[in-house]
Amino acid sequence: MSNNLFDQIGGEPAVNVAVDIFYRKVLSDDRISHFFDDVDMERQAAKQKAFLTMALGGPNNYSGADMRRGHAHLVARGLNDSHFDAVMENLAATLQELNVPPELIAQAAAICEGTRNDVLGK
Amino acid sequence: MASITFEGNSYRCDEGQSVLDVLLAQGVAAPHSCRSGSCQSCMMRVETGELPASSQAGIKETLRVQGYFLPCICRPGDDLTIARPDTDTMRLEATVSHVTALSDHVVCVGLSSQTPISYRPGQFINIFKDDATARSYSLASVPDMDGELRLHVRRFANGQVSTWIHDALRPGDRVRLSPPAGDCFYLPGQPEQPLLLIGTGTGLAPLYGIVRDALAQGHRGPIQLYHGSREPAGLYLVERLQDLAQRYANFRYFPCLSGSEVPDGFLPGRALDLALSHAPELSGWRIYLCGNPDMVKLARKRAFLAGASMREIHSDAFTHQAA
Repeated sequence: MSNNLFDQIGGEPAVNVAVDIFYRKVLSDDRISHFFDDVDMERQAAKQKAFLTMALGGPNNYSGADMRRGHAHLVARGLNDSHFDAVMENLAATLQELNVPPELIAQAAAICEGTRNDVLGK
Repeated sequence: MASITFEGNSYRCDEGQSVLDVLLAQGVAAPHSCRSGSCQSCMMRVETGELPASSQAGIKETLRVQGYFLPCICRPGDDLTIARPDTDTMRLEATVSHVTALSDHVVCVGLSSQTPISYRPGQFINIFKDDATARSYSLASVPDMDGELRLHVRRFANGQVSTWIHDALRPGDRVRLSPPAGDCFYLPGQPEQPLLLIGTGTGLAPLYGIVRDALAQGHRGPIQLYHGSREPAGLYLVERLQDLAQRYANFRYFPCLSGSEVPDGFLPGRALDLALSHAPELSGWRIYLCGNPDMVKLARKRAFLAGASMREIHSDAFTHQAA
């Protein structure tokens, strides 16, 4: 099912388009922008791309342990459910802007929801 | 089956294996993370051999044309010789042809070499004062126009390399350089695209090269250059750039002064603020940012939020620290 979602959305080219829109949204979102305001925007954008690829069911090798390790420093800085929700909102808004059908957006949201506890270190 | 040559060793790459798999299996300390072509942390450069196009997916065009690729998703059909992306270990030699004052604090250094040094205007080189001491400078010259490498060097009071260049370097001296690198340069192929260039201080050097390169390559879209400084003495090549703007209808030059003294012909304000007030919507633009690291960082973000695509925003790969 997950590969199906990635292909239906348009694969890697679609993710490239989505990255700019998504990253612009999170950088403009006062609730969460401080977690994303990296000195190195390229590196940050590459992370956003990896995130979107995963959220859209694309190829990735992230384990729950990777998610915990990768976000531990943010949890230490106060990352919590409200921030996770804000990211989910921006993801949905990005996909809506790209005219992705609601049922596919729901699939992407479900994939992200599955990482919540690992990301937040619960 | 293809063979991979890396740092003098050759390895066998079996059908379906990625270049990264091969290197890691051989115990090479190759950086990597996602192993799915997303994070770009494993990026390397091909020196010889044909890359599968898919191994360059998602890489910025300026890096792609230099042969950068992602080893984790590269399953080669051809033998490859590859290298790490940094070029610090390599050295070139050049002869100083002149050291010319551009302003009270900035000189232009001309460097010639018996073996031609291939580069793109806006890339940078490292110049070595001795084995341990080097500084990066951007290339303001254009190969076909200038026939030598040209750097703009500002004197920093305690800068080991800049004071050496200003006070000791003479025509005829031999200096050692690293090969040109960096991805801040003009790319032909979209001659109508609007270009915005913002620089402070000697951040003008790469932009001066890029503007003249773009014009020489027949760029037809608008090219807008903002050079900023606090004091009038901080701007240089003003007349040269004004002349260029007279000659090319699509090129506009804005010398900007953020201090209180603003003579006729200069714009009051910071270069970044002025540029974005003239062009508030940057979707479809290509942006070049050079100079003060804080300005570059802020400008990247503001240009991106103003609609410029991340891949269209280019800046110096190194920071202009006190040199």
